[in-house]
Amino acid sequence: MSLRNFISEAISPWMKNEGPDADIVLSSRVRLARNLSKPPFPIAASKEQLEEVIDLVNKKCVTHTHRKFGELELLRMEDMKKNEKRVLVEKHLISPNLSDESKAGAVLLSEDESLSIMINEEDHFRIQVLLSGFQLTEGLRYANEIDDWMEDKVDFAFTENRGYLTSCPTNVGTGLRASVMMHLPALVITRQMNRILPAINQLGLVVRGIYGEGSEALGNLFQISNQITLGKSEEDIVDDLRSVVSQLIQQERAARESLLQQSKLQIEDRVFRSFGLLSYSRTMESKEAAQHLSNVRLGIDMGLIDNVSGNILNELMILTQPGFLQQYAGEILSPEQRDQRRASLIRERLKLEN
Amino acid sequence: MLCQECQQRQATLHFTKIINGEKTEFHICDTCAKDKGEYIPGSNSFSIHQLLSGLLDVDQPISSSGSGFMKPRAELRCESCGMTYRQFAEIGRFGCSNCYKTFNEKLDPIFRRIHSGNSVHGGKVPRRIGKDLHVHKEIERLKQQMQEFINSEEFEQAAKIRDKIRSLEKSLNDKKEG
Ligand SMILES: [Zn+2]
Ligand SMILES: [Zn+2]
Repeated sequence: MSLRNFISEAISPWMKNEGPDADIVLSSRVRLARNLSKPPFPIAASKEQLEEVIDLVNKKCVTHTHRKFGELELLRMEDMKKNEKRVLVEKHLISPNLSDESKAGAVLLSEDESLSIMINEEDHFRIQVLLSGFQLTEGLRYANEIDDWMEDKVDFAFTENRGYLTSCPTNVGTGLRASVMMHLPALVITRQMNRILPAINQLGLVVRGIYGEGSEALGNLFQISNQITLGKSEEDIVDDLRSVVSQLIQQERAARESLLQQSKLQIEDRVFRSFGLLSYSRTMESKEAAQHLSNVRLGIDMGLIDNVSGNILNELMILTQPGFLQQYAGEILSPEQRDQRRASLIRERLKLEN
Repeated sequence: MLCQECQQRQATLHFTKIINGEKTEFHICDTCAKDKGEYIPGSNSFSIHQLLSGLLDVDQPISSSGSGFMKPRAELRCESCGMTYRQFAEIGRFGCSNCYKTFNEKLDPIFRRIHSGNSVHGGKVPRRIGKDLHVHKEIERLKQQMQEFINSEEFEQAAKIRDKIRSLEKSLNDKKEG
């Protein structure tokens, strides 16, 4: 398969749309945890009881086409190869837990992959909507629509007092986890993250540096999500997260501006060194790749590099994960082989730009 | 860098979690990441569960020596799924929706610690079940009212309310069958 074809198959259609503030917020995700009222939760249920949950969904939901998300496809974990599941994990459509631990796991996927409903993960259902850019309100609206659509057909576990009942007490109430993936290189370079992270935590939000060590997260990617699910309305939870994200966007933009004004040469040097390494390296670890991809993306967003598309960071962060590298290679790879493949895939991808 | 879990394989996942202001770094290999169910991103975090089991107060077992006359307290056990409160405290997960009823008296402090002082739902009410809930509540209220009329021997009023209750109950049953 050519690289171009591979990429177009590998990248979820929802990722190709550029959402608002997509230069800083790579993606928005809204997840609702739901359970049926009768059968035990997956942790306490038998394989047979969980199969019945899948059958119920298959009968009641798959046969109906949803007006926004179209037809949903049901995939059972037991029917899939190990690397196929891994690829779904790397696309963030299923969790590793569903892939490897569930006694009878399945997922319902929409064609554009912006909607996935995990079945028999920690809860009977995990409704997840993924959108590009900063679209938390839209994400919540779509997730709510799917929730209502399902609730017409099946009985959810709900009480007035505790709300939606979930297996883990950290999800009870709304069952809502809203999150954004943010690229914040200028705040990291200007050493402001150390100050910002604790403040965000105090607001009841969780920050996770991805591929990195806290304020020096490699790839400069941060996932920010709500922690509290009980006692607040869905709208308030999303609004609180949104206002923090908006402030972070402003601060990141201001930091980029000041970098351009005060240390343009150093920033240019950093960006083009990374561009050079990505263009010519023969072997590269994922941590190193993440850092250089972040720098190149920053260069694109700051107008320093103009012949490479901005989507390259999102795309290559996913494509250079082990599952995708193996799928592209058509075989299982050792970590050393992966590093080699990763470097060559990035080189080829950059050549496509010219 | 070697994996911090097994100290054998090369660490391939590196990340930091900050939970309630506490920063923890992780450097683990693929195999251990899978064992832990830990991955990036969007996975369940085992550290939340560790945190949680620290929050749940497990009743100390009553020692067999010493107070020989004390009967050990019967343990809370969910009739639907069989989960005991001790098991819940250990794994940090409920086994079914009925566990919430069974362990109810113990849940308020746990929820308050996890959810910044909140223990009561303040969000969405599902349309269909929500309507039924409303009807059930209304039936409860009417039953009380009916009892009051019966107590004060106003049987005509009580009969009127009984009819109202019947028609509400009928509407619930019709919906189930329909
Ligand atoms: Zn290990
Ligand atoms: Zn139970």
